[in-house]
Amino acid sequence: MFDGYTLSELGSILAMQGFAGLILFSVFVLMALGLAIIFGQMGVINMAHGEFMILGAYVTYLCSHIFQNYLPGLFSIYFFVAMALAFCASGALGMLCEWALIRHLYKRPLDTLLATWGLSLILQQAYRTIFGAREVGVSLPDWMMGSVPLTDLIEIPINGLFVMALTLIITAAVGAMMYRSGWGKQVRAVMQNRVMAGAVGINTERTDRLTFGIGCGVAGIAGAAFTMIGSTGPTAGQLYIVDTFLVVVFGGAASLLGTIASAFSISQAQSAMEFFLSGSMAKVLTLLTVVGILMLRPQGLFTLKVRK
Amino acid sequence: MRTGSSFLTRTELVYFAILAAVIFVVFPASMDIFRLNLFGKYLTYAFVAVGLVLCWGYGGILSLGQGVFFGLGGYCMAMFLKLEASTPEATAIQSTPGIPDFMDWNQLTALPTWWEPFHSFPFTLIAVIAVPVFFAFVIGLAMFKRRVGGVYFAIITQAIAAILTILIIGQQGYTGGVNGITDLRTLLGWDIRTDSAKYILYFVNGGLLMLCLLAAQFVRRSKLGRILVAMRDQEDRVRFSGYDVANFKIFVFCLGAAMAAVGGAMFTLQVGFMSPSFVGIVPSIEMVIFCAVGGRLSILGAVYGTLLVNWAKTTFSEMFPELWLFAMGALFIGVVLAFPNGLAGLYNSYVAPYVKRLISARGAGRRMAPAE
Repeated sequence: MFDGYTLSELGSILAMQGFAGLILFSVFVLMALGLAIIFGQMGVINMAHGEFMILGAYVTYLCSHIFQNYLPGLFSIYFFVAMALAFCASGALGMLCEWALIRHLYKRPLDTLLATWGLSLILQQAYRTIFGAREVGVSLPDWMMGSVPLTDLIEIPINGLFVMALTLIITAAVGAMMYRSGWGKQVRAVMQNRVMAGAVGINTERTDRLTFGIGCGVAGIAGAAFTMIGSTGPTAGQLYIVDTFLVVVFGGAASLLGTIASAFSISQAQSAMEFFLSGSMAKVLTLLTVVGILMLRPQGLFTLKVRK
Repeated sequence: MRTGSSFLTRTELVYFAILAAVIFVVFPASMDIFRLNLFGKYLTYAFVAVGLVLCWGYGGILSLGQGVFFGLGGYCMAMFLKLEASTPEATAIQSTPGIPDFMDWNQLTALPTWWEPFHSFPFTLIAVIAVPVFFAFVIGLAMFKRRVGGVYFAIITQAIAAILTILIIGQQGYTGGVNGITDLRTLLGWDIRTDSAKYILYFVNGGLLMLCLLAAQFVRRSKLGRILVAMRDQEDRVRFSGYDVANFKIFVFCLGAAMAAVGGAMFTLQVGFMSPSFVGIVPSIEMVIFCAVGGRLSILGAVYGTLLVNWAKTTFSEMFPELWLFAMGALFIGVVLAFPNGLAGLYNSYVAPYVKRLISARGAGRRMAPAE
């Protein structure tokens, strides 16, 4: 299969494939970060996570329309406004859901799974009713179009670079929040020992609600970033939910570093194999490997040692 | 709760008889063949729901991949029927006669080796059960021996359902791809598309379902059933009492898979095709909700739950296609939040006392399903 390629062509194909893997990696990380907070820290199985993400994508879509029609002068920076709004919208919806639904089910994790699946069905149909069944895309400002030629053969799309930079910033922000801020300390305390955390004066209910809200908000940002590289439909969230859960579980549920490492290995494996095999076989093989490894090492790649 | 000395109490016998009457007398008498065939299709899902009652309600193992077993059973049967329908005479216009049409469309020139054994009917009957059970055994062995359970088991079975769907869709030439295996005509020369065949298949299906229910009842009342409940509630204590918890879990998971597989095979026979849309994540979770609506602790409730949800789905999506997903979502949330024991729970707390008062006090045995 390598006939007819020169060495430099092969090298650039590998580089392009690696870059495609990096973009996939960014998307995985953005999606998995929110889930790592909600599932990894709180232990809530949120099957509606994909729908929170899609909410962010739709908010971005609305923003791009509003800026295009009413504020064309500011169109080049609309994306940053959209991102903030996406965070707020998904976060607010998340907190509402936590209050109405999730908080009654903390002791029954398997039931949360069913309830949030129901929530995801309702959200999907709501999107379909409001935005229509067809996929929508946003128009990018000029500075995000095009690509940077690195060599004659390798070109790097700017929106891909932008998504990667965004991923870095958000990961750093989430990491700082979890491990450097007082809120993060409270979250980790509540998750490790709820009763004791309550006894030392942490408002556990408020912490839960805020944690769930922030997890969903990060999903909203992921959705906003997602519009940069793909179109959005009502059921797009469901396509990614299994991958996202596998990324979080494979990384070790309570470890942010593990989530990043597993997102990296899964995305690189998948995009590298896509070069040799068909897309569906690459995906099957990647997922099978992950499931296989999880059967051998159920606790995931990185684990936090906690006494139960 | 009485001990497992008697297999069916008198009240339970009455409940079983009522269900049998509904399936074998009321439905066939009150519906035309189209509706009856539709209800036969719903009843094939009930096999899965009954298996889930054992796995989830009693064993505490929530599998989100029951569609895999349903699909494997259905595909095994569909492969046999497809080979029978693809005789060289019937497929003479193809560039390679004698192989299923979708293989010909995908430029295959010979039947793949693993399709060959499905020429034989006895082999197919064995494979319908054996293939899914083998799958379940491998999954169960790998997971339960390592004490993976609860949430992780649910996520991994879900991933397996996703993998199998992608695989079936991706390997069009071998599996029929997204359309599945369609255009099935005869079973051992007997046309399954006629009205009389549909009647017969409906009754065969109902009979098999009653057998499954009796098997499930047997498991419930046996020592195995009580160990399952004990495991669900206090796994460590059962382990410390000297039982190998993993083996019990593997057994009940395989039993659930076998029931789902029978349902899948009957589905293929009654509906006349099998496709990946019955394998993936969405159908698998819907099957869990059938079980939850009926009541996760009641094997008979699971049948009623399946019938009710599917009937509602058909009626709603005919009349208000927009509203169906909202209703389904609300059903998920409502069942979990408000009625964790489903229809059977409602029956036990509201209807059963009246029924008991109506019948003489002598007939009142134990309730249909024990509360938690």
